[in-house]
Amino acid sequence: MDHAIWAEGLVKRYGENTALAGVDLAVPTGSVLGLLGPNGAGKTTVVRILATLLEADQGQARVGGYDVREQGHQARQLIGLTGQYAAVDENLTGTENLLLLGRLLGLSRAAAKVRARELLEQFGLTDAASRAAKTFSGGMRRRLDLAASLVGRPPMLFLDEPTTGLDPRARAELWTLIRSLVSEGVTVLLTTQYLDEADELADTITVIDHGRVIAAGTPEELKAKTGAQTLAVRPLHERDKSAVVALLAELAGEEPDTSGRLVSVSVLDPALMPQAVRRLEEAEITVTELALRNSSLNEVFMALTGRPAEPDDEGSGEP
Amino acid sequence: MTAIAVQPHVGLATGLRQTLTLAWRTVVQVRHNPWELSDFSIQPIMFVLLFTYVFGGAIAGSVSDYLTFMLPGMIVMNMLFVTMYVGQGLNTDLTKGVFDRLRSLPIARWAPLAGRIVADQVKQAWSIVLVLGVGFILGFRIGTNVLALLAAVALLLVFALAFSWVSVLVGVMAKDPERVQIFGFTALFPVTFVSNVFVPVDTMPGWLQAVVKANPVSILSDACRGLMIGGPVATPLWQSLLWAAGIAAVFAPISLWAFKRRA
Ligand SMILES: Nc1ncnc2c1ncn2[C@@H]1O[C@H](COP(=O)(O)OP(=O)(O)OP(=O)(O)O)[C@@H](O)[C@H]1O
Ligand SMILES: [Mg+2]
Repeated sequence: MDHAIWAEGLVKRYGENTALAGVDLAVPTGSVLGLLGPNGAGKTTVVRILATLLEADQGQARVGGYDVREQGHQARQLIGLTGQYAAVDENLTGTENLLLLGRLLGLSRAAAKVRARELLEQFGLTDAASRAAKTFSGGMRRRLDLAASLVGRPPMLFLDEPTTGLDPRARAELWTLIRSLVSEGVTVLLTTQYLDEADELADTITVIDHGRVIAAGTPEELKAKTGAQTLAVRPLHERDKSAVVALLAELAGEEPDTSGRLVSVSVLDPALMPQAVRRLEEAEITVTELALRNSSLNEVFMALTGRPAEPDDEGSGEP
Repeated sequence: MTAIAVQPHVGLATGLRQTLTLAWRTVVQVRHNPWELSDFSIQPIMFVLLFTYVFGGAIAGSVSDYLTFMLPGMIVMNMLFVTMYVGQGLNTDLTKGVFDRLRSLPIARWAPLAGRIVADQVKQAWSIVLVLGVGFILGFRIGTNVLALLAAVALLLVFALAFSWVSVLVGVMAKDPERVQIFGFTALFPVTFVSNVFVPVDTMPGWLQAVVKANPVSILSDACRGLMIGGPVATPLWQSLLWAAGIAAVFAPISLWAFKRRA
């Protein structure tokens, strides 16, 4: 298959600390890969290597068929990068930020202006076009940052945690923007800490932890492996807890987790929810909480690794 | 996906154009950051006024004599302070991630740094003209000719170019832009004050005279005095150029090395 972005055996060490311990990934042209992992998993390191900002100690990576180590300049002509922290020039206005990039990418003054106006409109920043970026809100800054990576209409886009720190509305807006880019045929590699984000946007998901790929596949395959949703029940009385545990174990076919009086189990079939309600009613168990929610990344981790997703200690070695 | 015509490398002309675009950016920034403008505009004016009127009478006997003695050195001191903007801007780009964005673009690898340095030369020229202008209003007169004055400006710009490498190093090493500023003050103040910028060297104790005479700030100030108001030029001129070459030869490789490591 035609892979827009491809990497094999990427290794990166910082002294004693192994940031990447052999990462493989492949993104077919025109699709979205979600790179999912907790803090310190190595997501940013992967993105920086693919964007030619960092050299891997071992392994190979190709972007649009160009080796990022040997043919960095060619690779850079195909990519747009939105880093983890908005990289806009705070002392320039929205327009000036985009003009700068347009001119650097070889557009004429007039063409750069047109492109800047276009992007500001597309990203809802027209009103802020002539304000210095340091006066922007976090969401506006993020949008400007994304717009900045699109000035040259790159066919490949790297987005490092594009929605971290945004409120739900800004997050939904950004998702819409990303979807519209994908519909235009852009290949996207997106990192995230949120399963729902990967689920919403990605065609395939690669889960990494401590610099290793621990799972890869379509969102459906992954969910099938880990349980798509979590059913959580909190009985009013402590004495009912064991009955609830037994009940959920029977329904879900696996042993539930308990934390205090909260009993939770991952389920594949949302139809289990009404069954659970009925069975609880029959057993005359009063509950204070009954919820079916999407699994958090932490639960996916539990399912994949049998341990919670704990962030690495900053800069320390493997725990 | 539209096919993009991929180029194997950046031509020199394209790289220079990118450098100018990046320099434009640094100059435009000043518009949205008025305190920076005040830093390299109001501050030098204030220094000229303060030194001329507060110390002038005591040091040289008369205000206009002191102005004539002090102004060329003042321009040297100011030039050194202004070079710190290279490091400060660089550090801001590094810490804010702007540098990563620039490095992910298909532009000449040297353009971002070169852009900073070109922009610095523009700021340098501006503040030299400014201090000269204020001096002129207060009564400073060129004792030589226009050609010699232009030579002094050229010498100052060459020295600034060399000293920019020190600033680049500070910018790359510092944790945040404020620390670049702090370094500028704590390191450059003593260096410029233990010189003959403000006070003639023969009023100082002997042991200090030796230090002051060896200080490149003194040597460069002497060269500028010679070129602006008259007096010996040749020796301080070639010594200044030698210092500039030495500083560039030592700091350019170190700075580039540190820069590549951090970026
Ligand atoms: N410059 C560096 N020096 C030393 N260690 C580093 C450096 N950069 C990253 N690391 C380490 O490499 C590992 C992976 O870091 P990376 O930033 O890629 O993680 P991440 O998945 O992006 O995390 P986050 O979600 O917090 O952004 C971490 O253990 C981190 O401490
Ligand atoms: Mg990261």
